[in-house]
Amino acid sequence: MTANGSPYAPHTPAETEAMLSAVGVDREEALFDIPDDVRFDGEFGIDARSERATRELVEDTLAKNDDLVEFLGRGHYDHYVPSMVDHLSARSEFLTSYTQYQPEVAQGFLQALFEYQSMLVELTGLSVANCSMYDAATALGEAATLAVRVRETSGDRIVVPETLSAGRRGTLENYIAGHDITIDTYPMDDGNVDREVLAESVDEETLLVYAENPTVRGTIEEGLGAVGELADDNDALFVLGSDPVALALLQEPASVGADVVVGDAATLGLPSAYGMGLGIFACREEFLRQVPGRLVGASEDTTGHRAYTLTLQTREQHIRRERATSNICTNQAWVALRTAMHVAWLGPDGLLDLAEDCVTLARDLADRLNDIRGVKAPVHDRHHFREFVVRTDQPASAVAADLESAGYAVHVVGEHELQVCVTETNGRKIDGFVAAFEEAAR
Amino acid sequence: MTGESPLGYNQARWTDDEDTYEPLLSEKNTESVAVDSALPDDLTRDSLELPNLSEPELARHYTRLSEMNYGVESGPFPLGSCTMKYNPKFTEDVAAVADASVHPDRSEQSTQGTLELQYELQQYLGKIGGMDAVTLQPPAGAAGEFAGILIANAYHESRDDDRSEVLIPDSAHGTNFASAAMAGYDVVTLPSGEDGRVDLDALAAALSEDTAALMLTNPNTLGLFERDITEISEMVHDVGGLLYYDGANLNALLGHGRPGDMGFDIMHYNVHKTFATPHGGGGPGAGPVGVVEELAEFLPDPHVRESDDGYELYAPENSIGKVHGYQGNWLVAVKAYAYIARLGDEGLADASAKAVLNANYLAEMVDYEVPFGPFHHEFVASAGEQDAADVAKRMLDYGVHPPTTKWPEIVGEALMTEPTEIENKRTLDQLAAAFNAARADDIETLEAAPERTAARRIDQVSAARDPRLSWQALDEA
Repeated sequence: MTANGSPYAPHTPAETEAMLSAVGVDREEALFDIPDDVRFDGEFGIDARSERATRELVEDTLAKNDDLVEFLGRGHYDHYVPSMVDHLSARSEFLTSYTQYQPEVAQGFLQALFEYQSMLVELTGLSVANCSMYDAATALGEAATLAVRVRETSGDRIVVPETLSAGRRGTLENYIAGHDITIDTYPMDDGNVDREVLAESVDEETLLVYAENPTVRGTIEEGLGAVGELADDNDALFVLGSDPVALALLQEPASVGADVVVGDAATLGLPSAYGMGLGIFACREEFLRQVPGRLVGASEDTTGHRAYTLTLQTREQHIRRERATSNICTNQAWVALRTAMHVAWLGPDGLLDLAEDCVTLARDLADRLNDIRGVKAPVHDRHHFREFVVRTDQPASAVAADLESAGYAVHVVGEHELQVCVTETNGRKIDGFVAAFEEAAR
Repeated sequence: MTGESPLGYNQARWTDDEDTYEPLLSEKNTESVAVDSALPDDLTRDSLELPNLSEPELARHYTRLSEMNYGVESGPFPLGSCTMKYNPKFTEDVAAVADASVHPDRSEQSTQGTLELQYELQQYLGKIGGMDAVTLQPPAGAAGEFAGILIANAYHESRDDDRSEVLIPDSAHGTNFASAAMAGYDVVTLPSGEDGRVDLDALAAALSEDTAALMLTNPNTLGLFERDITEISEMVHDVGGLLYYDGANLNALLGHGRPGDMGFDIMHYNVHKTFATPHGGGGPGAGPVGVVEELAEFLPDPHVRESDDGYELYAPENSIGKVHGYQGNWLVAVKAYAYIARLGDEGLADASAKAVLNANYLAEMVDYEVPFGPFHHEFVASAGEQDAADVAKRMLDYGVHPPTTKWPEIVGEALMTEPTEIENKRTLDQLAAAFNAARADDIETLEAAPERTAARRIDQVSAARDPRLSWQALDEA
């Protein structure tokens, strides 16, 4: 029996007595070396609960969310996560381990992260991938500080699309806070990069050109090679944002001249999770020693057998302190494990099929919405991936509100523009959605 | 001479006949698939090459990998400053509730449950830290530090007060230095005093009108409480600086002391440490930041508050903006909320009491020299003539995860040890026996260790000299 306030402290009263006696005090409180004037009496006013009551409390609170079918995307996507991922990633040797500072007892996680890195190398065509950042926004921020470290120009400008999401833009601004850098934007032309205006904007003062494929409005870029050349001609870093599902199908970033690929890989391995992410970071070999975050490498043990270990740790904060390539310590390792499991479960055919569905589901849904009177979809005459913009004669906010009343969530992106995202997870709700849309757009 | 420990350990080692290691997925079966899409060819790649295995094969692969990995449920994990506590199982189920997983762009009206839980966790954390306002946005402790320093910067800027330096003790976590530098500050390192704590004379000499903040963890990484904290706080505030609390060691204080009461203005919480959410092999964590009232206007955007008919998101008046694309690692926050709600006042205070008792008891039982004291949640032993890294490898054979080694550097050959509250006396005795067996081991034995783990000692030097970071790179070799 235990006599503790914490249900997870296993001490029996007799053990506690014996231990107190061994250290020469009569009660635990005597071990706290805290001056009286800053001691606290322990009363937060938080009541302890049974496990069952705690579960019910959380479930009841979260149940206050409305039950909506989400047709939401714009940088954060929901795909079906196979059961295998939940069950195997929850094995406690994975879930309850720490960073692999003792590689000899962490071979399992290290190998899984090595496999994750390898999958990103295949998907991006770049030769180096780290084993995670927090999300796409922080990965973009890290790419900007990498650009500062590797570019020899005196330039101080970063060029991003004017449509960059608020989360990514805001995070980027903070990541470059310690540097004298300005962010300029370039316009989009019918959903894609306006390459003519961009060409006028990029010069030798430009550190970094950022583009996304697919774009935030769901269009697939058609001239990325030219953007890559433009960046290269001006000695600027070309950073491309994407995700692993899109990368399975679309042009390899390396083939269009991308120096760094960032983005969010939580599209595979995590549910929507209120925006929880998994930042991708891949780059060309020459930036290896400037990469932020953790890297897993293959090596050998003393018997000559292959073994894995964290490597190039002299870049990291625990060794290099204020001269580190990044402050990241705890990252998203377990999410990376889940993503690798998800990719492995899909295999090359499954991943390609999923990506192709992102094209065809969006195309088919746009066609159906376009048949509704007072609705044009897609707004951009482009190829789309997962999502597209819809123009409505009615005010977009009113249409969205009506849709929400009918049980569907969409983005409002303009006075008369909505954005709609479709994947296999909401694919079977399309008939109801189209009917509700027709009603709301009337 | 070779030591003895009651705990022996033989980790699973999976090999196949030819290669004597568990093959990579790519080595088991890889297929290259031609890309045939409804999209024009010039928009798509030509082919995709990835492993292609059945679900049963994958289940075995990942089960084997897990058997070659050590977690908190494998055995003692006294990794100093990491607070490797047992993670209650029910919090996993709570985070898996369908309503926990909504899209971040949902309307406030349709996500009242999510917002209420966020608000309640903000309130809990505020009470525990003695802070007036808390944001959940930072996705890890270091991200919290970065947000905190940006808040300090925004505060000074709002007063047209240009300050360039952040002071950090030499025993601090490496993230402190990196986070301050990321925010554009010059880092001034404070040497520790002879008692392992902040040297007040050195602090006085370093403080100036350039001081934006002092970053401090209390207890510090040596497990020592900074007894002069009130004086330190006055000294920092007297020059107009702010006091930042690194919450990595908060597990030692729950219910016994609050950073806010000690004069700290800003703090982060490592919920994956203090509030027992799983570390996941190195994340996801979460690093909420708490501030005093005067700094609430600088918190990240968006923030949650109560409104007339529920809860709403808003941008604080002088917000620093964003440190994450959305609202951080939300599912981790849900688990932390459940943990705090389960333990309540008594459970939280007892967790710290037992963590401190365990550290002091273990420090008493190990044969290695343990300088300084008295200790809170962790202590730093010195391996003395032995190499701390070798000692660590030998401890793996004795069935325990070793302490953090060779840091902080103010103790030679440091073994930084944090048993946490989850171990009972019997396990602590076994842990002490592992230390003491290693203490008695001869150099040859230590250098040959480990011998019972999935891999023997790994060549770190060639891994860094000739980096092979993907299976594609292995193929090239």
